[in-house]
Amino acid sequence: MTGAPLPEPAVSPTATEAGVSSTARPPRPRWRQTLGLLARNPTAAVAATVLLLIVLVAVFDEAIAPTGPNEIAVQDRLQPPSLAHPFGTDDLGRDILSRVVLGAAVSLRVGFLAVAFALVVGALIGLLAGYYGRWVDDVLMRLMDILFAFPAVLLAIAVLAVRGPGAGNTALAIGIVYIPVFARVTRASVLGVREEVYVRASRSVGASDLRLLTRHVLPNAAPPIIVQTSISLAFAVLAEAALSFLGLGTQPPNPSWGLMLAEGRGFIDLAWWLAFFPGMAIFLTVLCFNLLGDGLRDVLDPRQRTLMAGSGR
Amino acid sequence: MQQVSAPLLEVEDLRVRLRTPRGPAEVVNGLSYTVGRGETVAVVGESGSGKSVSVLALLGLLPARVATVTGSARLDGEDLLTMSPERLREVRGPGVGMVFQDPMTSLNPVLTIGRQLVEGIRAHGEVSKAAARERAAGLLAEVGLPDPQRALDRYPHELSGGMRQRVVIAIALANNPSLLIADEATTALDVTVQAQILDLVAGLQSEHGTGVIWITHDLGVVAGIADRVLVMYGGRCVEDGTVDDVLERPAHPYTRGLLGALPDLASADDGELATVPGVPPAPTDLPPGCVFWPRCPVRSDPRCATEQPPLAVVGASGGGLPHRAATWCEEG
Amino acid sequence: MGVSVIVFGLVQLVPGDPIRLALGTRFDQETYDALLARSGLDQPLVTQYFGWAGRALTGDLGVSFRSGETVTSLIAERLPATLTLAFASILVALLIAVPLGTLSALRPRSVVDRVATVLSQIGISVPEFWMAIVLILVFAGTLGWLPSGGYVPLTEDPGGWAQRLLMPAVVTGVVSGSVITRFVRSSVLEALGADHVRTAQAKGLPARQVFTWHVLRNALLPLVTVTGVQLAYLLSGVVVVEIVFSWPGLGQLALQAVQARDYPVLQGAILLFAVVFLLINLVVDLLYTAIDPRIRR
Repeated sequence: MTGAPLPEPAVSPTATEAGVSSTARPPRPRWRQTLGLLARNPTAAVAATVLLLIVLVAVFDEAIAPTGPNEIAVQDRLQPPSLAHPFGTDDLGRDILSRVVLGAAVSLRVGFLAVAFALVVGALIGLLAGYYGRWVDDVLMRLMDILFAFPAVLLAIAVLAVRGPGAGNTALAIGIVYIPVFARVTRASVLGVREEVYVRASRSVGASDLRLLTRHVLPNAAPPIIVQTSISLAFAVLAEAALSFLGLGTQPPNPSWGLMLAEGRGFIDLAWWLAFFPGMAIFLTVLCFNLLGDGLRDVLDPRQRTLMAGSGR
Repeated sequence: MQQVSAPLLEVEDLRVRLRTPRGPAEVVNGLSYTVGRGETVAVVGESGSGKSVSVLALLGLLPARVATVTGSARLDGEDLLTMSPERLREVRGPGVGMVFQDPMTSLNPVLTIGRQLVEGIRAHGEVSKAAARERAAGLLAEVGLPDPQRALDRYPHELSGGMRQRVVIAIALANNPSLLIADEATTALDVTVQAQILDLVAGLQSEHGTGVIWITHDLGVVAGIADRVLVMYGGRCVEDGTVDDVLERPAHPYTRGLLGALPDLASADDGELATVPGVPPAPTDLPPGCVFWPRCPVRSDPRCATEQPPLAVVGASGGGLPHRAATWCEEG
Repeated sequence: MGVSVIVFGLVQLVPGDPIRLALGTRFDQETYDALLARSGLDQPLVTQYFGWAGRALTGDLGVSFRSGETVTSLIAERLPATLTLAFASILVALLIAVPLGTLSALRPRSVVDRVATVLSQIGISVPEFWMAIVLILVFAGTLGWLPSGGYVPLTEDPGGWAQRLLMPAVVTGVVSGSVITRFVRSSVLEALGADHVRTAQAKGLPARQVFTWHVLRNALLPLVTVTGVQLAYLLSGVVVVEIVFSWPGLGQLALQAVQARDYPVLQGAILLFAVVFLLINLVVDLLYTAIDPRIRR
């Protein structure tokens, strides 16, 4: 009944009595190996590098930007790209390169906040549902199904309609939309891990629930969650841009890529660069998160438990 | 089951190399054998010995992107490996019928049984739909499917594994092939059904002179239907000869291991192949000498470690068919 | 049921008095009282909910705070435009995805496959409103071939209808098409490797027959589900595109309702989207049962 179906991972065969003691240890995530494999996937490696650059730009935005975001110079309005203004200027004479750089900070901050919120809440719900099962599972997952029944953009719009526009509320709105995705991915992973040898072994030794969750279940649920995070970041950035474009997200005069696109739209026949460069920035960021997500999935999650990139659209 | 002078199928120096992520795999390494009209050749060996690949290669059913097939395989004098794709298509069906291993996956789940039979019949000759359907129902009756008329409109998942396998066999028999290749065709069936199928094939052989290649693990089946036996290991034939020769007087240590003839190995009382300790060599990494050397309990000759023993005649039974084995091992 | 509670609860979360907000600063007490009584906001919450839900079931979604029209009639006015756009988009998406996905599955790692993979990755990542703006710039601005937006009913001017539908349908179609292309590719690849394909080849069927009946048919069955899911997403995805192309659909209505703080309209629009979303999923389930013999009983 619900959107993109997630395959339930097959619960691994129950351990034979003999095998319990010897293999009762969770496999550690092999970070070094993961990085190595990722480096051998050129597309993902390039995407990761570009993303790193974008994040650096966003962090050091004010140091990098040639001018302040809102420095108005009416005599320089609607200048095409030139040496002084590589991306041109807008209708108020503001330097578009500077605004794109500062917009990176705004867009990424909202994106990261949104995904962090969705991740924490969703993973918690998924953990509880998957680990405790029974009615906890029923109630929580039914709630997720209901949330999933709302078209993503519309749900975000509704949240913003209630809470009012602004960057913080945009992050919250996008975050709420993505909770079910994380809850499902986490739950599926937990279900797969729950019955595995080491959890049963630990439980028989008398480890507490909390300890089991943090020491055994969480690390094993991590790979698909990491992949999902990368892909969700792509859509969070995209959604932030869309909401700001509609005038519901980041409010002027703060530079946000979506907002700049909306502002540039009116000048599209006069000055294409107003809308082109922020659009390019959105596209590049989203593309890199998607490519990285695909690369990470090949390495971390060969059983493809996560949604395909784009199925959230 | 009389031998006619020109063999129906003549395979010579068949080699198959597969491209795998772990490098090229030599899956079949110079396989030569013949199948006469009305003759049944049983191919035995562990999984991974190249049995299935070697017969898939005959019909061009290996993906061309990963498989390189060399050698020759003449069916009625015509080389299957070099013929045009269109001619090969004509041969598949009336020339060679093939029964695949897994009845659960070898039928298309979304088409009716009838459709899958009829399309095979109509692909070779002008037959009206009604006539083809009639023939399909007849075939299903022949392979012992109850209520064949109704079965035509069923989907594979509505039938049990044994019933499905009978359908797969009916499809292979649909065009009265001159050669029938059965890859573990009756492994999934119970003994009674298996006996029916074997009877059916025997009837076909005496009626049409069909040659049969029967790949199996089951020594009971081998003893029951085969005229000759070919033992495969590491992509080679390590021993062949008449059923009596190979089963009664095995010459190769591997064959003896399979038959439980070696005293220190498990017996083959239950009719199944005995297990030989160790695992077959990976086709990406074949040993330099005899393919069986790493697991061989005899290793009587120093050359075994460095050189592949050739297939040599070790004796002949009354019929004049040679009994050959690829070993330097002297006893037996 | 759960959906309706959330839709209803949403408006209750609005800080302050929705009617006061809707009317703005200048209003007289009489108008206020009339609206309050009509919207039933003076009743207790539970009564309000059941009243609203009960009326919603009979098709009465309340009255717009702004225009005074019934929400049902406002939605009915906009629904055809949105449905037209969504179906046109899914058509474009399938026209792109099925051939492209199939071709790249047939020749994995070939030039076609690589180009298709790159294109679909781009299609998934490109913001639709940006693509819309660029298309308007090129086809409406520079080339002047197509109108930049708007809508005329099919019955009045079929040519104009098609001209105005083309660009928005292509924009949303490309995005969905990219997602579906990846799906078709992996689905066809999987079908190509199935054992029953070998059985079909061994029967001596012509290659085209093997492909059509034993590969494509099997691979495209699950496409029904994916297409349905995409259609549901499209319904909400078109919000942004409707704005850019001035397409008078439900998305535009919802956005106008947000800007005007016209909560009954927003409530109605969102409820309708959610119901349509669930309906599509239901239809997909039924349809899949009808076409896949493995599920049929």
